[in-house]
Amino acid sequence: MIEKTVKIINKAGLHTRPAATLVKLASKYECEFYIFKDGLNINGKSIIGVMTLAAEMGSELTLSFDGSDEEAAADEIVSYFNRGFDEL
Amino acid sequence: MKNFKQIYRASDNKVSGIAAAPGIVIGKAYLFTKEKLEINHSGITDVNDAKKNFKEALIKSKKELNKIFALAKEKMEDTRSAIFEAQLMILDDPVLIKNIEKRIEEEKKQPESIVDDEISKYIGLMKNSHEAYMNERAHDIEDIKNRIIRNLQKKRWQSRIVNDVIIISVSLTPADMILFSRCDVKGFVTDHGGLTSHAAIISRSLNIPAVVGAHDATQKIHDEDLIIVDGFHGYVIINPSQEQLEFFKQKQIKLIELQKSLDEFKDKKAITTDGREVTLRANVDVTGEIDIVKTSGAHGIGLYRSEQVLDELGEFPEEDEQARIYTNLASRIYPETITIRVFDIGGDKFKIGDYVEPNPFLGLRGIRLLLENPAILKTQFRAILRASTNKNIQMMLPMVTTIAEVRDAKKILAESKRELKNQNIPFDQDIPVGIMVEVPAAAVIAEIFAKEVDFLSIGTNDLIQYLMAVDRGNDLVSNLYQEFNPTVVRTLKHIVAEAQKANKPVSICGEMAADTLAIPLLVGLGLEELSMSPATIPYAKRIIRYFAYEDAKILAGKCSTCTTQEEVIKTIEKFFKDHSITRTRQII
Repeated sequence: MIEKTVKIINKAGLHTRPAATLVKLASKYECEFYIFKDGLNINGKSIIGVMTLAAEMGSELTLSFDGSDEEAAADEIVSYFNRGFDEL
Repeated sequence: MKNFKQIYRASDNKVSGIAAAPGIVIGKAYLFTKEKLEINHSGITDVNDAKKNFKEALIKSKKELNKIFALAKEKMEDTRSAIFEAQLMILDDPVLIKNIEKRIEEEKKQPESIVDDEISKYIGLMKNSHEAYMNERAHDIEDIKNRIIRNLQKKRWQSRIVNDVIIISVSLTPADMILFSRCDVKGFVTDHGGLTSHAAIISRSLNIPAVVGAHDATQKIHDEDLIIVDGFHGYVIINPSQEQLEFFKQKQIKLIELQKSLDEFKDKKAITTDGREVTLRANVDVTGEIDIVKTSGAHGIGLYRSEQVLDELGEFPEEDEQARIYTNLASRIYPETITIRVFDIGGDKFKIGDYVEPNPFLGLRGIRLLLENPAILKTQFRAILRASTNKNIQMMLPMVTTIAEVRDAKKILAESKRELKNQNIPFDQDIPVGIMVEVPAAAVIAEIFAKEVDFLSIGTNDLIQYLMAVDRGNDLVSNLYQEFNPTVVRTLKHIVAEAQKANKPVSICGEMAADTLAIPLLVGLGLEELSMSPATIPYAKRIIRYFAYEDAKILAGKCSTCTTQEEVIKTIEKFFKDHSITRTRQII
């Protein structure tokens, strides 16, 4: 299992479009993907779950990946966060 | 035996409204509420069936969203289209779907109840957030939840036998009506709406008695009450006495006898006593109606409201699907002709895209909306052309206001023809194209329009609405919707004269032609073709065969000098009396 902490750095935060992209990225992998924030534990492959997250600029989230392809998944998804959802 | 008046005067167990579709029915009431989604929380026995229904509701919702999304894409900003994309993804959300299916298995409750509960959990979380945009997001999720539930309920409605009930509702949409028509509903009663509301038009089309605009019907009538709907006088009797029940049963028998006698008119011409023949054609709102058209003795279809396809399918069908539908209609009505009106959407019917109009009836509707979305219009033109090989199709443009609109539409039509030609697909090269005259701007200069097109057809519903500046669905002002106002009489007279100047045929296809009282006036104004609900055709024919055209002309002249609607109605009623024409309601 891999755990990573990421920060939201784009201005609009985790709004609907990046939420959808995030779920699409996660769905390509077999490993489980969870997002922890404010005591909530959200399955990152569930769009409706991810949409309940209010993550504005500056907020921190913990991501966990667990499964055979966890490393590749973590790489791609963390990089998406670090690129500010390509909205910088 | 007592008459209607005495029966009604003596009873306080009644509600009154507008007689929207003729006939008398006695049956059990079923209250239909849809403004607020009512969730059925009852248990189920067949888990597999429930899961299958859930899956199908997801597929249906996806189909609907995909179509709306594809069409609306150009018109929306990115943020809004992202919402649609997310909504679509929710319909595929593996976690959500697995949870719902698991709960259906474990809790054995209606899927709609589980869907509601499960998705509402997420909505609750969003609403708890103090971020403003989360509240908006909650609305979007609510939207998709309601869509799934609606589709589940449709499923439930269709699978459920509601034979022999009378539907009581605040209001009804065309889609509701079509749904019910498949369930053998016996009658309709609505709180809102007037003679030209969709509920009224479609119930006439389906030949199902209806009373609309009955104000507090949904308050006074309860589920399972025994009620009598009198679609001639616009009364509904709730839990009738033995005497009332007997009275209406007698009337029903008389009505059946009358209908039998009307059948005799089927093969007779609609001809005045002095030999002027009037062509009676049928308005068709729902596909099932085509059988009624044939038995009514109509000369083909004067108005096919093609947007019914959208109501029935809930989406824009592809060209092939449309071509199949139109070909089927045209061949079933052959050798008579069918006039297909291209999608009249917008206003209160089927919106494309995510915009709000403060005044939808003065907004993007009819040909305006189609010219904004030329791909839709072209697909429909191509489909209609492909169905026209027997040369028995005409097409008609709705809500035309300017000549430029006619020319733009004809340009698209010409392109469609060119494309088909290049593809070697056969079609009627000379397919007639006409317009609906329903905007005062078109009525005033009808001659100029008539020169541009092959025929005119007067749509009285909208024309009266725009002439009188009255929303026909608004109870507060619906008394201003006056079919017999001298303004209407003179405007009709003007349009007929303008069409004659251009030497082009003019017909009338609004609901006004369905009012038997209007028949002598319309004939007298010089209209040679009337299109109406097929069920009313035998009644109209009977009346036309009673008077002389020359007398009707005098009547029309008198009516156009009247000062008020009341005067016009009195003048026509006197005409009926003088010619000993009895209206149906007086015969039974």
